[in-house]
Amino acid sequence: MTTLRKMVAVELKLFLREPLTVVFALALPLITLFVLGGVFGNTPEQGFYAGVGAMSFYTPAYIGLVLASIGVVSLPAHLAGNRERGVLRRFRASWVPAGLVVGAEVVVSLLIAVASSLVLVASAMLLYDVGAPESAWLLLPAFLVSAVTFSALGVMLGSLISTARAAQAAGMLLWFVMLFLGGAGPPPEVLSGALQWFRHLVPLTYVVGLLQEPWLHGGWDWADAGIVAAWGMAAALVTARWFRWE
Amino acid sequence: MAAVVTVEHLHKAYGPVAAVEDVSFTVEEGEIFGLLGPNGAGKTTTVECLQGLRRADAGTLRVLGLDPQTQGRELRGRVGSQLQESALPDRIRVAEALDLFASLTPGAADWRRLMEQWGLAGKGKASFASLSGGQRQRLFVALALVNEPQVVFLDEMTTGLDPAARRVAWELVEAIRARGTTVVLVTHFMDEAERLCDRLAIVDRGRVVAAGTPQGLIDLHAPQVLVRFSTAAGDLDFLYRVPGVEAVTRRREQVEVAGTGPVLALVAAALVERGFVPTDLRGERATLEEVFLRLTSRSPEEEGA
Repeated sequence: MTTLRKMVAVELKLFLREPLTVVFALALPLITLFVLGGVFGNTPEQGFYAGVGAMSFYTPAYIGLVLASIGVVSLPAHLAGNRERGVLRRFRASWVPAGLVVGAEVVVSLLIAVASSLVLVASAMLLYDVGAPESAWLLLPAFLVSAVTFSALGVMLGSLISTARAAQAAGMLLWFVMLFLGGAGPPPEVLSGALQWFRHLVPLTYVVGLLQEPWLHGGWDWADAGIVAAWGMAAALVTARWFRWE
Repeated sequence: MAAVVTVEHLHKAYGPVAAVEDVSFTVEEGEIFGLLGPNGAGKTTTVECLQGLRRADAGTLRVLGLDPQTQGRELRGRVGSQLQESALPDRIRVAEALDLFASLTPGAADWRRLMEQWGLAGKGKASFASLSGGQRQRLFVALALVNEPQVVFLDEMTTGLDPAARRVAWELVEAIRARGTTVVLVTHFMDEAERLCDRLAIVDRGRVVAAGTPQGLIDLHAPQVLVRFSTAAGDLDFLYRVPGVEAVTRRREQVEVAGTGPVLALVAAALVERGFVPTDLRGERATLEEVFLRLTSRSPEEEGA
């Protein structure tokens, strides 16, 4: 436990010293919020956004976006970079068990996810009068399941992709695909036939659904929860099978 | 003296390519043992198998009585390791790295003292990225020692260092041994092996081609001694009667006597006996480099085979 705490503390410091990742994790969802909030505002409109204002609809979706950016961009690039440069090798040659290095990175990702989600929600409430979630108590487990799944996906990508550069490129691509198809970009209603079908391949779609349900309706979507958890478990299994130290 | 490392018939292949064909050696407690060989000879693979970082395909390995294959983690807690091609995160600070690695091992050394011992006292707040090659090397050695190891593996620790930094690194290796730690040194530098190692194994194409003390290897594989001096005197035929002398060549006043064994002492005695007392009498012995080249160079037939 002490070792994990120390590892997490060091990883957290390293994260904060890396300006680019800090900006990406904290600022990108905020920028998206400001730009789209400026365009769409938060006036409820019939037929779109489940009957609530655009920003109320999108705030929980942007939390999903934060999780996705950590899961497909930051974590994989970080892990692949550490492997590429021999940092993992260096840790492994000492007394470090396999899970500890990865575990610390996941814990740090979760902390960052919480921090940037809080900043995001606070900004949405202050700037666009977005109301509080209908059920904060159901939002909490939805957030947790989603965050763990995206961390698992991040570790999986970081295990499969061997260089930081490739991980970054693949991560950006995945992130934009998710942004457009996952329900955090254009409202799902406007997507045409083929895209409607493709969006079901994107885990963010279900994460957004899982987060929106308690936020907007105070409910819980078991189907979305199951699919998100399944993605997480699949990622964990792939990681366990394919994780490489070097 | 107890053996702390034993390797018997280690074999390791990556796909169809055998990195290590058949390697056996033992390392005694408290010695500096060298694995010397050209790049790609299988040295690094051997030490990685010894630390349980790679799985051997065949052979018996024991380090401190533990099997690296099945007791790798326990083993890594008791050995120190300076790996080739390893790094720390760019932005980690020297003190943080030492503190972290110390906290990762039970019964760790006082890392602040290590930091001082290895000349990093003023560098505690410096980031890894800002360190020079020599400083990084010292940090890696300090990290390798942080768990108070009984055996340290040093893999190509002086590659990429300038000559001054190499000398410093050599002193560090001797300092490690002076604290009672056994050192396994992987290198492709002959001078380094000759200067530091108590015993060494020369590895080539995945096999141990010779093993022994540096001096013993030279005596066995490159016993030639050249004795040089200068004299104006004409007749030196008596030198042929000195035991061990094989050839005497002269170029004006420069005389070169080639032979094996204690030729220098015997030639000197013979010269003095006949009233020659050259002031520039000196002997030249082969170095490990000649042994190495002799054992690892291949004839064209062999290359084609």
